[in-house]
Order: sequence, then structure tokens, then C-alpha cells
Amino acid sequence: MEVKEVVSILNAKVICGKQYLDKSVDFGFASDLMSDVLTLDADNILLITGLSNLQTIRTLEMSDICVVILARDKKASKGMIELAIESDLLIIETEKSMFKTAGLLFEAGLKSVY
Amino acid sequence: MKIIDLVNKLGLEILSGENGLNRTVSGGYTSDLLSDVIANAQENNIWITLQTHKNVMAIASLKDLAAIILINGNKPEEDTREQSNIENIPILGTKGNAFETSAKIYELLNNE
Amino acid sequence: MVEETISLQYKIDGGDFKKAGYASSQIKKRLQKLNIHPKVIKKIVIALYEAEINVVAYAYDAVIRIEIGNETVKVKIKDNGPGIQDINQAMEKGYSTASSKIREMGFGAGMGLSNMKKNSDKFDIKSKINEGTEINIINYRINIKNENN
Ligand SMILES: Nc1ncnc2c1ncn2[C@@H]1O[C@H](COP(=O)(O)OP(=O)(O)OP(=O)(O)O)[C@@H](O)[C@H]1O
Ligand SMILES: [Mg+2]
Repeated sequence: MEVKEVVSILNAKVICGKQYLDKSVDFGFASDLMSDVLTLDADNILLITGLSNLQTIRTLEMSDICVVILARDKKASKGMIELAIESDLLIIETEKSMFKTAGLLFEAGLKSVY
Repeated sequence: MKIIDLVNKLGLEILSGENGLNRTVSGGYTSDLLSDVIANAQENNIWITLQTHKNVMAIASLKDLAAIILINGNKPEEDTREQSNIENIPILGTKGNAFETSAKIYELLNNE
Repeated sequence: MVEETISLQYKIDGGDFKKAGYASSQIKKRLQKLNIHPKVIKKIVIALYEAEINVVAYAYDAVIRIEIGNETVKVKIKDNGPGIQDINQAMEKGYSTASSKIREMGFGAGMGLSNMKKNSDKFDIKSKINEGTEINIINYRINIKNENN
């Protein structure tokens, strides 16, 4: 699924990385705990999280995950956006809950990692 | 939909709090941040989480949640189970992850 | 071929959650310039980042030393800190003494040490109470060019 499709399904806001909207993602993963995210092996993962701090972005960087959805109306800070741009990451914000975001994206064809 | 229906449809494991299985679920809430659940979960929500910390039961009771689903094959500690039995708030288990579990429950609740 | 080793060293401070991950990030950029396979880089930096977070969460300060050789990448993280009482218990998935502050920052699931081990070809941890903890990790180097040979 292309990231721009994700954005339109959620009616979400793209905060940075607009030039990567054509990228495609295969798997969804939902977690607020970064140590959980750091155990993933799959490629082309889209992360859904309600944790919005610098470590969210560091975790994406270390895990080679390119796209994050900040759910629950969480906003990316200036520092987070700077780090994300440096590592070519896409940050998307939605006011929807993690529960609903997962439901909508699974329905649209995003797969589960395990 | 009742918790017992979700248990049957999704093959969830009943870990404790069996007497609460007839509660009706109002919706789902997926979160691993305790403060967030305290602030944002709604009454009779089913809470999907990785957290096995003993405070999860206290929060479920405070917010009057319908049940807790522990993902990734996680198991509650003994005192958490006891509390769940006392409060009649079931703790359920699945080997699946939060994305998949949330999505399947979302689908079931939406097609009611 | 002459064995060429690149050595890098970073100091990290405990308690400073904002800076956590800076060293891992710098090291990742450095490794990416060396033709090392992305899967290997990912293993190395994930283990390193988990270690960095643990230092920030539990120790006072630490030194990270990296040695990039032709065959292996060695990582040593040595901290000054309280040490770990029972290493077997600490390695168990789910065991954590993290404070609620750390949990609200997205950590403290008790998965870090086991994940570090998973991402290492060789993993060694030793600890002394009231002195500190030392972790040694070795990963075999696979280069991008060698992949198809
Ligand atoms: N460098 C260290 N110094 C002192 N204690 C440590 C250190 N690293 C780990 N520990 C102890 O070992 C426990 C387990 O560590 P581990 O990294 O596996 O999980 P965690 O840090 O609690 O949670 P997570 O890594 O999943 O965010 C910690 O809770 C802490 O008590
Ligand atoms: Mg840790």
C-alpha cells in the first residue's frame, strides 16, 4: 500500500517527508513501547504509536522503519521533525486512536508482521 | 457484542476474571501508556496492551473497562489475576500483536 | 589484505533522555559509509541503542568503544552505575525495574537485554554491584559487495 493511500484513508496530516508519499508499506505495527518496536525483523513496516518524543524517531532510525503515524492527536515536536528530516522519515499525525487506525488500515490491506 | 463473543470468535485465552465474560463491549482501546489509558479510555472499552505491570488492573477498575487483552503471549502476575477475579474484569491472552488484534476486534464491532 | 581497524569512542551521560541515541546514530552513519550490509548494520545499531537507553535509564555514565575490522565489528559498552544484581533475571523477557517515568517514555518492557543478545553474534555481559556493567558484542561483518559471491 502506498503511504499516500494511508494518508487519505485516515484523513491524516503529513508533517514531513512529503516527497516520500509514493513509498509503499506492507506491514502495520502498533505499539507505544519502543523496546517492542526494536524487536521487529520485517521490512517495509509502518508504525502506529501514541508515543511522541525524540526516542520515537531514534527508534525508527535504528529499525530502518520509514513511516510513523502519531495517533491520538499527538503532535511531533520541532526536534522530532528535525531528526526525522535528517533520516528521510515520514511523520503523519492523526486524531484517531491507535485502535481505529489499526482497524482502518488492516481493512485496507495492510498486513500484520506475525 | 459481549466479551465472550470476542473470546470465541478470536480464540482468546481466558487468563482470569471469568465471571465478567458477559459484559458488553462498547469499543476498543489500544495503548501501552498507563497515563494515556487513565486519560482517554472509555467505560466498557476492551483494552489491548503489552503491559503486564500490576497497575493495569487498578486502571481497568478505575476506568470501568470491560476487559484487558494481553498481546504477544504475555501473562499477568499472580496478584493481577487475583485482582481480576475480585473485580470481575477478565484478562484475556493472545499470541497476536496489537495491530492485528485491534484490527480484528474493530472489524467485529463494526459489523455488529 | 592488510587488516585495517577503525576505532571509535563515545561518552554517554546517564539521565539525559533527549540525547539518548545520538551515539548510535553517529555510529550508524559511519557504518553506512563502509559498504557493510544493512542487515548487519541494523543488528549492531539496535543492540547499541538498547544499551544506550539502559545507560541513560539506569547508570551514571558510560563509554562506548567500537572496533570495525575486516571480519568483525566489536562493540563494548562499559558504564559506571549500580550494576545488575542478578544477570539471569535481568536477561529474562519481561523483567524490568524501570520507573514509571521510563515507562511513559516508551521503555521498560524488560525486552532490551534479550533483544541485544538476539542481535549479536557473540554477546557477553558482566556486572559488579555499585561499580557498573560491561557489555561486549561481536557481529561478523558482511559487506554488500561480497553478498553475491
Ligand atoms: N546498565 C545497566 N545498569 C544497571 N541495571 C541495568 C542496566 N541494564 C539493565 N539493567 C537492569 O536490567 C533490567 C532489564 O533490562 P532490559 O534492558 O532487558 O529491560 P528494560 O530496560 O527494563 O526495558 P526495555 O529495554 O524493554 O525498555 C532493567 O530493568 C534494569 O533493572
Ligand atoms: Mg532496556
